[in-house]
Amino acid sequence: MTARGVGSTEPPRSGGAGFAGAGAGKWQPVVGLEIHVQLKTQTKMFCRCANGFGGGENTQTCPVCLGFPGALPVMNRQAVEWTIKLGLALDCEIAPRAVFARKNYFYPDLPKGYQISQYDLPSCTNGKVLVPTPKGDHEIGIVRAHLEEDAAKTTHVGGRTGRIGGADYSLVDFNRGGTPLVEIVTGPDVHSSEDARRFLQLLRQTIVELGISDAEMEKGTLRVDANVSVRPAGSSELRTRCELKNMNSFRFVAQGIDAEVKRQIALYEAGEEVVQETYDFDAGSGALTARRSKEEADDYRYFPEPDLVPVEPPAELVERLRAEVPESPARRIRRIEGELDLDRAVVLVTGGLDGLWQATVAAGADRVAAANVIANRLAAVDAAAVDPAELAKLVEARDRIPRTALDEALGKVAEPGFSAAPYLEHEAVSDAAELEPIVARILEANPGQVAAYRGGKEGLLGFFVGQVMKETGGKANARAVSELVREKLLA
Amino acid sequence: MAITREEVLHVARLARLELTDDEVERLTGELSAILEAVSKVSELDLADVPPTSHPLELVNAWAEDEPWPSLSLDEAFANAPAREGDLFKVPPTG
Amino acid sequence: MTIDTLRLTAEDALGLLERKEVSGAELHRAYLDAVAERDGELHCYLRTVEAAEGDGVPIALKDVISTKGVETTAGSRILEGYVPVFDATVAARCRAAGLPVIGKTNTDEFAMGSSTENSAYGPTHNPWDPTRVPGGSGGGTAAAVSAGLAPWGLGSDTGGSIKQPSALCGNVGLRPTYGTVSRFGVVAFASSLDQIGPVAKNVRDCARLYAIVAGEDPADSTTVDVPAVELPEGESLKGLRIGVPKEMNEAEGIEPGVTAAVQKAIELARELGAEVGECELPRSVEYGLACYYLIAPAEASSNLARYDGVRYGLRADAEGYYEMVERTRDAGFGDEPKRRIMLGTYALSAGYYDAYYGQAQKVRTLIAREHAAAFERFDVLVSPTSPTVAFRLGEKAADPLAMYLSDLLTIPSCMAGLPGLNVPCGLSEGLPVGLQLIGPQLSENTLFRTGHALERALGFDHVPERLR
Ligand SMILES: [Mg+2]
Ligand SMILES: [Zn+2]
Repeated sequence: MTARGVGSTEPPRSGGAGFAGAGAGKWQPVVGLEIHVQLKTQTKMFCRCANGFGGGENTQTCPVCLGFPGALPVMNRQAVEWTIKLGLALDCEIAPRAVFARKNYFYPDLPKGYQISQYDLPSCTNGKVLVPTPKGDHEIGIVRAHLEEDAAKTTHVGGRTGRIGGADYSLVDFNRGGTPLVEIVTGPDVHSSEDARRFLQLLRQTIVELGISDAEMEKGTLRVDANVSVRPAGSSELRTRCELKNMNSFRFVAQGIDAEVKRQIALYEAGEEVVQETYDFDAGSGALTARRSKEEADDYRYFPEPDLVPVEPPAELVERLRAEVPESPARRIRRIEGELDLDRAVVLVTGGLDGLWQATVAAGADRVAAANVIANRLAAVDAAAVDPAELAKLVEARDRIPRTALDEALGKVAEPGFSAAPYLEHEAVSDAAELEPIVARILEANPGQVAAYRGGKEGLLGFFVGQVMKETGGKANARAVSELVREKLLA
Repeated sequence: MAITREEVLHVARLARLELTDDEVERLTGELSAILEAVSKVSELDLADVPPTSHPLELVNAWAEDEPWPSLSLDEAFANAPAREGDLFKVPPTG
Repeated sequence: MTIDTLRLTAEDALGLLERKEVSGAELHRAYLDAVAERDGELHCYLRTVEAAEGDGVPIALKDVISTKGVETTAGSRILEGYVPVFDATVAARCRAAGLPVIGKTNTDEFAMGSSTENSAYGPTHNPWDPTRVPGGSGGGTAAAVSAGLAPWGLGSDTGGSIKQPSALCGNVGLRPTYGTVSRFGVVAFASSLDQIGPVAKNVRDCARLYAIVAGEDPADSTTVDVPAVELPEGESLKGLRIGVPKEMNEAEGIEPGVTAAVQKAIELARELGAEVGECELPRSVEYGLACYYLIAPAEASSNLARYDGVRYGLRADAEGYYEMVERTRDAGFGDEPKRRIMLGTYALSAGYYDAYYGQAQKVRTLIAREHAAAFERFDVLVSPTSPTVAFRLGEKAADPLAMYLSDLLTIPSCMAGLPGLNVPCGLSEGLPVGLQLIGPQLSENTLFRTGHALERALGFDHVPERLR
């Protein structure tokens, strides 16, 4: 695990968005993802120290996770069960016998000199995720999902900017060391940054709904590495791939893949070869920095961990876990896709809002209006705390009551005992007689925009409506204003 | 089954042992002799024999997910060669 | 009262304590006095514990067993000054039983050796003849028990480190069934082989100590439930079927004096009512040693990776992390650990795994099958424990392969996870000869019964002639 700055490769910046560089159509990106999910068990994988943030440095440690002489690991039953459950949710085969192995290498964050990880007999293999796309389902194969322990946290101090190269010394906090991780490995089935984003959104939601991890990239409880190569479109070869690490949001994963794909295409088109490397993605500059060269290929000397015994999950256990797996986000998207457009369906489902949407519709709200209100206004709200009947009333009254009242109501809709009734009493101003003078005043004050609108810039309608709403202190009925403005402008 | 000097150096690097030239010399001879002796296992045709990684056929030895008290900082650092604050201090990895 | 620690068994000591003729502290003091008197010559102990904790029969612990607050080095420079902040499960069980610790006994570094000459702190000498080795790796505990510096003690056995020194020092030593005694807190050598076990002056003491330390431990995933220990009583071996594996009794290198003493013991067993028959373990003996010297070093190479100078133990000065680790390990490990780390790393490395470690695991299956077949016909298998009596210090130190042959007869049953008991069965050239009794897994009670009956009939005097 040596990490050295071996030089920096700026991605080509020209060429526009996505892969639309010169010759992009001639190349197909081939991407496999490796996702590490930190399980939110109470305790670590092989000892019963607390698992989680918040404790002072090195306060969540014991002889086992500090690798003291003679200390022995004991598996966390919850972590084993959650791994199997995740495997079931990903349509995997559950191994009748899974075995932990030792992966041997030296690094200060690895107290035993080896990481305990399932290796040739992982708990879950051969699964798939069907990702709904505008062109139908896109199948991403799950090669394996295995359980392992995390490394500790090393901080590099002094030297240049605190990065590894040139540090004066390093400091180690073993709190994170030994916490449970599930590593999920996909097949090389991802062919664009958009594919990656759609898949990761679904995967993340699946994990969150299983209740096994917070799966937050910003906190590091979900980590994504990408193995990227490109090949001539239409071919099925697999060319040299590079690994991207250190991308801590879905957006950066997409940016990193795009940058690496462009870099590889440019190399091939210049008649050069791609050299296998590991790159760190720097979100600030968009730069890819090589970590180490391949001649330092590691030899991890895996062998079965003799301090542990195999996992042979009884059939009853697997069946119980299977029964506990909720309907998958992908299936739910497909189910509601007929009633909404795909993007809306994805937003609702991957936001965990589709249940609320369905209940709100069932309570009498318009499908599209309810979807808009929920997706646009309630994304950050605890959906389970919202009473769908009350929300339905607000959705149905959205054009009738003043904007200020609607905003206030939506801000409180998740509070216990929320009632829509007081907000419904406000009537928005939709009386033309009252609105007309205001509209006239606004049009008069903005002759340039009026001319532009009449010249074809219809998008300016919103501008005029906004001005009127402002003028009325948000009490006007937006739809009535909109109709009135359009009428006047067309006059 | 002789082991070469280069192999000895490679293995020493994997094992993170800094060996003196004398040690490399001596180990090349000793390991060759030992490997010669232990290579005896390859005389047997064991294609159909399963490996034994453990003398007992135990499975599913696990613990419930319930916390136990961690060490105090004094205990965690009792034998530490170098400490800074509440962190273990090591020479730089770069 | 004067306490003759040379003669006093643990059971005798227990009687004195129960009758309140002596206190635990007085007993403890008596052993410390004996150590002061005789250990200068023998070097059984790396350190003693001055304060008696507990009112039971004092005990010696091999220095691979972590003892909270008491330095534990495993005979290595790399752990010099390391003071555990926790007790090994076996240490905790001794503590709970009220057994005060006399001290930590010498061992080959990381229990790697057959003579205790590989200790970084100097060799232990055999109480029967101080120019000779006590065997190893647990030479410190064995010599201490033999010289009356402890009534009993705990050792660890990977390929013979309890049985072989017990044979060379004239003690009773049990390597229990793999998984019956917790390894938690015991400095690891080869995890799938390491076992902790008792060393004592007689079989009943051995059984008593086994009863104290054995049993499932939630901190060691590889432990099992253990049948209740039965203290052996009788002298009859009626109904017992004893197998004599041909290869284990006729192997090249077994000294004639050893064969003679073992034959005499087998004859005695027949007189006590046992049915004795011949059997075979051809591949166990032919391939056992090679199998062991692949598996044990491979596991050791990984188990010893934690000694990196980061959290405890020796740290060498260096500019960078890797340099520090490499120098620390060079300075901290002696020749034998280095040899085994190198061998094990090589056996696990890319391209060699299948030919070495993978193949050795399959040989292990063969060895287990051969023993299982023998136990369809016999309850106990017998052989010499060591092919030789105690050899001279330095005699084999320069030749690792010759040293490895000391464990030729103890290793096969270890590979199969089987219990083995050493019972002294006579003298050859004035030095003890050990009889090895092997049983199926969890047959400790049968081994105790057999060993006890033979011990009574043999009348072996466990006190070294020169100390009588
Ligand atoms: Mg991993
Ligand atoms: Zn811990």
